[in-house]
Amino acid sequence: MNPQNKTHSELAKKFNRDVERVNWHDKTLWFVREKRDKSAHQLAEWEQLREAASQIKNNVLSNLHNYLIEFEKNALNHGIHVHWASTAQEHNEIVHSIIKNHGVNNMVKSKSMLTEECGLNEYLHQQGINVVDTDLGERIVQLANEPPSHIVLPCIHWKKEEIGELFHQHLGTPKGNADPQFLTAAARKHLREHFLTSRVALTGVNFSVAETGEIIVCTNEGNADLGVQLADVHIACMGIEKIIPKRKHLSVFLRLLARSATGQPITTYSSHFQKPREGQEMHIVLVDNGRSERLASDDFRNALKCIRCGACFNTCPVYRRSGGHSYHTAVAGPIGSILAPGFDMAKNADLPFASTLCGSCTNVCPVKIDIHDQLYKWRQVLVKNGHTTASKKTGMNVMSLVLSLPMVYRFSGTVGRWIIRTLPFIVNNKFNPWYKQREMPKASTQSFRSWYLNQRKHGQ
Amino acid sequence: MGSREKILAAVKKNQPAMVEMPALNFAGSKAVDLKQQFIKTLTGIGGTVIEVNDWKEVSDHIKSTFPESGRIVNRVADLDFEISSLKSDPHDFSNVTVAIIQGEFGVAENGAIWLTDANMGDQALPYICEHLILIINKNSIVPTLHEAYDKIGSSTYSLGTFLAGPSKTADIEQSLVLGAHGSKSLIVFLMP
Amino acid sequence: MNIGLFIPCYIDQLYPQVGIATLQVLERLGLSVTYPTNQTCCGQPMANSGFEHLTQGTSHNFVTNFSEFDYIVCPSGSCTLHIKDHLQDDGYPDKALDIRKKTFELTEFLTDVIGVKKLHAHFPHKVGLHQSCHGLRGLGLAQMSELMAPPFSKPESLLTMVTGLELIELERKDECCGFGGTFCVFEEAVSVKMGQDRIADHSNHGAEYITGVDMSCLMHLEGILRRQKSKVKVIHIAEILNSVTG
Repeated sequence: MNPQNKTHSELAKKFNRDVERVNWHDKTLWFVREKRDKSAHQLAEWEQLREAASQIKNNVLSNLHNYLIEFEKNALNHGIHVHWASTAQEHNEIVHSIIKNHGVNNMVKSKSMLTEECGLNEYLHQQGINVVDTDLGERIVQLANEPPSHIVLPCIHWKKEEIGELFHQHLGTPKGNADPQFLTAAARKHLREHFLTSRVALTGVNFSVAETGEIIVCTNEGNADLGVQLADVHIACMGIEKIIPKRKHLSVFLRLLARSATGQPITTYSSHFQKPREGQEMHIVLVDNGRSERLASDDFRNALKCIRCGACFNTCPVYRRSGGHSYHTAVAGPIGSILAPGFDMAKNADLPFASTLCGSCTNVCPVKIDIHDQLYKWRQVLVKNGHTTASKKTGMNVMSLVLSLPMVYRFSGTVGRWIIRTLPFIVNNKFNPWYKQREMPKASTQSFRSWYLNQRKHGQ
Repeated sequence: MGSREKILAAVKKNQPAMVEMPALNFAGSKAVDLKQQFIKTLTGIGGTVIEVNDWKEVSDHIKSTFPESGRIVNRVADLDFEISSLKSDPHDFSNVTVAIIQGEFGVAENGAIWLTDANMGDQALPYICEHLILIINKNSIVPTLHEAYDKIGSSTYSLGTFLAGPSKTADIEQSLVLGAHGSKSLIVFLMP
Repeated sequence: MNIGLFIPCYIDQLYPQVGIATLQVLERLGLSVTYPTNQTCCGQPMANSGFEHLTQGTSHNFVTNFSEFDYIVCPSGSCTLHIKDHLQDDGYPDKALDIRKKTFELTEFLTDVIGVKKLHAHFPHKVGLHQSCHGLRGLGLAQMSELMAPPFSKPESLLTMVTGLELIELERKDECCGFGGTFCVFEEAVSVKMGQDRIADHSNHGAEYITGVDMSCLMHLEGILRRQKSKVKVIHIAEILNSVTG
């Protein structure tokens, strides 16, 4: 996904070389944020709903053990096979073994961020299984051999002309046709063939209900449903944190999910799968992959409340201007930046710094995850664990020393506005990134302190 | 120790002290005219809503909207269409032009209609058809999803779904296109 | 009422006029204000970079300088927020907690504590208000656009008391400018782009001045404006509130 091991800032810099594209990317996503605002404004109880959703999720995390057992029991009673996977690898192996048992070598898959997290497609590919992503956006990035750049809008970084060219190459559409309507129709035809011929369909899970043993899958395209209803086997993969206690709690989450994600009042299809249909085999894979460990952390547990709406992406001024791929992780954006270091601190040490801590993410989050506070806390953890550069460390130590000692601070200040040379956000190396596109602040002739002393001396 | 036990043990050990469940009381603004809100919302997300007085009107509408023969699969007894027999293989529906299904009830706030496998006959039907027709009673419309789930209660089903409008996507540059993979259109008839 | 004036280090060194304006606005209201002369920095630049553990020195120095005051007032939302959220002093934990509670950003102090209803300020210009994030979302100086709640704005209500001042509307009224402390150099490309976009919003709506409660955001915007050779200027809100007639 990030073969050159580039940091967010390097990848973002690359993204910013094409100003027009940055502007377009920013505006497109801001438009989605505005749709979210408009839709949320129509509910007088919006903030109450967020609070309730947050508290329900807090309850879930505090009683997850029992909810998991209750869910499993109810699902088993309805004839569903339940599997448990501690790691991504185990998850991939379970899915593979189910496919193998049915003697097939292809599968349709609707959107599942969990399978992205686990690298399922690559794994199955190595085992000779062909996976076809059926969400239009995911199919587009799959044809382009890229990961999604957004959890709800996977190909939001692609322009229609580029998609037209991609489809021309892969689906044989006429060259130069970039009409979204036409391209969508072409994809419909192309994917319909796969729906009709795949005996195994995999879906993600938006919510699962402990009380009823059912899982809920939300899509606009209907690709999850079409895949499942035409297949002999339905495999649903979910992180263990997706459980909610009761069916009635779905009302809170379904009211928030689509409104937060795209501004729609609800997704076109909110399908509740409680039992396999007659003759069908249904599997649910419950995946831990670090979640139980995260549960122990008072500072970072909260991130497990995420319902993957993507609202924090759309509102994030950094995401909008750096693109999803600059985050080099399955889940990008603000939420991705607090999840990724939990999986691999060394690889993702840059992500909590890819933020101004502006806090907009926290405000749009429908389950009230304290995203920007966690970004701040991750920074402390990363530095304490040595994931920082030596020069940054030295600079910070010097700054800490100078700023702790008023005498040194004042002396430094008098020798030509020390701060211009020392504050890390103004100067930190010989290439001075501040100056590249910004003028330096003008050095003032005296400090406020000397003005103040002077003025007080003259008896004012 | 298997993964199940390992995960459950880790969760039990690491989960924080019990946090109480909140009360679900939402003093939200509820629409005065549920039918009007339902129509407005569903129309806004690409559906068509037609108020009718009787079954005959529904039948006439369908006949005039889809005059070409095509394959119509009807699951509603009172209509002037034969009730289609359902074979066991859902792939048989791949050439269905119009599917007619009775919905359970509507939700005013989001234009969704609740239906289950019992309504569908075959679970692939509402997704595989080119055009979907749902019929609900206009008095069945509830204000929000909270009332909707009260109504669903603890009933069991193989598949239950809130269906709101035709299948759609905006994956290409946020341009809304109807008819992604599921039905290209949705017509909802409101019966008295 | 004994007020301690907390002047952030970069204002002390680079923008003394903002400190002067802050002091004069407060004194004009008849308040007794002291500037403890051994203050340096609140420690935020270190803490936001992940080096909170290196802030003991600055925190202790802050406590030493400010614990005696009834109120501590600061012309920066960001530095105020850092004190309110993070000030800790192992030697004097109670004093540190007490300081957290009595530290106020200038406009919230004028609005909530003093209850200013009238100002004798005149500033005959078109002004765009940049809502700095830490002041907005951290201190709650104004309603945040993400929340579904009634609008209010403490800085805006003060600006409307200034005669001649015309507040312009913005397309994105509270988007971040991209300063973000060390973010502005470690993520230079995105930081500058964010700043340019904010500036475009203000200049497209005819702003002559961009004002705000945080000089750090304004310093970043100023750097870009001067590079663009723009006529638009930045000015701290204290300077506008201190633009006294006659």
